[in-house]
Amino acid sequence: MPPQHKLYWVFHYLLLAAFMAFAMFPLFWLLKVSITPNDLLYSEGVRLWPSRITFEHYASVVKHTRFLLFFRNSLMVSSATAVLATLVAGAAGYGFSRFHFRGKFFIVGLMLITQMFPLVMIVAPIFRLLSPLGLTNSLSGLVIVYTAFNVPFASFLMQSFFDAIPPDLEEAALIDGANRFTALCKIIVPLTLPGLAATIGFVFTAAWSELLFALMLNSSADVSTFPVGLLAFVSKFSVDFGQMMAAGVLALVPVCGFFLFIQRYLVQGLTAGAVKG
Amino acid sequence: MASSGRRIEPYLYTLPSVLLIAAIMLVPLVIGLSYAFRDITLLDPMSGDFVGLDHFREVYADASFWNALKNTVTWTGASVVLQFSLGLVLALLLARPFKGRAPVQLLVFLPWAVPSFLSALNWAWLFNPVVGPLPYWFKAAGLMKTPDNLLSDPQHALWGPIIANVWWGIPFFAITLLAALQSIPKDIYEAAAIDGAGSIARFRRITLPLLAPTMVIAILLRTVWIANFADLIFVMTRGGPADSTQILSSYIFTVAFQRLDFGYASALAAVLLALLLLYACALVGLRQALAARN
Repeated sequence: MPPQHKLYWVFHYLLLAAFMAFAMFPLFWLLKVSITPNDLLYSEGVRLWPSRITFEHYASVVKHTRFLLFFRNSLMVSSATAVLATLVAGAAGYGFSRFHFRGKFFIVGLMLITQMFPLVMIVAPIFRLLSPLGLTNSLSGLVIVYTAFNVPFASFLMQSFFDAIPPDLEEAALIDGANRFTALCKIIVPLTLPGLAATIGFVFTAAWSELLFALMLNSSADVSTFPVGLLAFVSKFSVDFGQMMAAGVLALVPVCGFFLFIQRYLVQGLTAGAVKG
Repeated sequence: MASSGRRIEPYLYTLPSVLLIAAIMLVPLVIGLSYAFRDITLLDPMSGDFVGLDHFREVYADASFWNALKNTVTWTGASVVLQFSLGLVLALLLARPFKGRAPVQLLVFLPWAVPSFLSALNWAWLFNPVVGPLPYWFKAAGLMKTPDNLLSDPQHALWGPIIANVWWGIPFFAITLLAALQSIPKDIYEAAAIDGAGSIARFRRITLPLLAPTMVIAILLRTVWIANFADLIFVMTRGGPADSTQILSSYIFTVAFQRLDFGYASALAAVLLALLLLYACALVGLRQALAARN
């Protein structure tokens, strides 16, 4: 069907509407449960909108739990991880993109293998390695671990962005007497900003969601992240779905805000590189 | 000086990531693999002996392992196929400029930003007939006789986490494929249209071949991630009812942290790693063959 055809566009918008409904409905339900008063939670459980709404769940989450602390912890860990992993992966991606060197194939292979094993397998060894260094029960420990987990994928992503920028640009700067590092900072980095934003976004989201290591490496509530706090909530107040969903909605706020901020770079950035292997 | 500097330079760029990955992932991986040949049970001071291949013999005879392997194939296969095909359709829809594309794009990509444990809790809630609407919709659609919880039906429970996973993972494919689509030069399509190629022919002859490399790499990474991804299953069903949703990675988790048998868990993980490596080699080989044909 040619794109200018009216019928095509009807079909196009119908399909998109179906996708939007599928994407949004669970989030709508999360919001709905979080504002349903407790006494209506079960009696009106399957109604699309409760007959009364309340914000008491939000109030009690903020007032009576340590969610603000968990929130702050998660924000710190995720931002630090996003910045650190993007820097490290940016350097590696640049190296992969611009140089042919002995051992490159080997390094890429090692990075691919790190994507293949269940992380459960390395929980105990990592704990034993980090514990004597004082990096368990600490936010820095989590940042280091998350950075390592995210660097392989982020490096491949960054490499594809650098591949899309013609090398002539920095060659010209090199001839003018700049060294390669200056050329990288002054010329290449500004061009790859969308790519950097996309990478930061991927890493931030991944770190924000991580549960297993946050749970296993940190046992003290002072250094718990949001997912761990939410999980503790489930077992402690297993009946209080309203509060849990309210906490969940709150957990979504920063990550959605962040997503809003980077999403236009996301496709734009990936388009420049068109992830290739 | 200049030439030796140039030789060292690439290593300076890659060194931080290599050191970090080696220290945090590869060394623990080797230690973890070594557990597979030892009798390591947490909180048991008598354990630690070298047991050779005993754990692997045990794996071979373990009915739970074969059940989990079968479920892993269903879980990974169904999730990847559905995420990929729906993601491709979504990418094709978004690739064409239309009014309101930016907000639509934001909304359909939003599930990607939801932490996985939160999607799991939320979907478990949606499937619950006491508080969720889905069982009634399934009944109205004729999929169920009575509005029951999908997650407690041993026959079909695995589809609960699969649906949640598809919901969560469509944006990944849509974003990557959309990016690849937009990097295909427009003039190729125009030239083909002038030559009289219809839209289906253009899709088959231009879009698919040019997307193929991105598709293969995205599918490869996704398959491996999903096969290892136990969060949704663990939160939604804990592998139940009656092990009907137990996949290998959730089984490994159970063996390690409930039975505290790290030796056996590592042996299971080593088997999963070997299977995924085989799969990756097969897919990379396929990609090479495709590239050679074009």
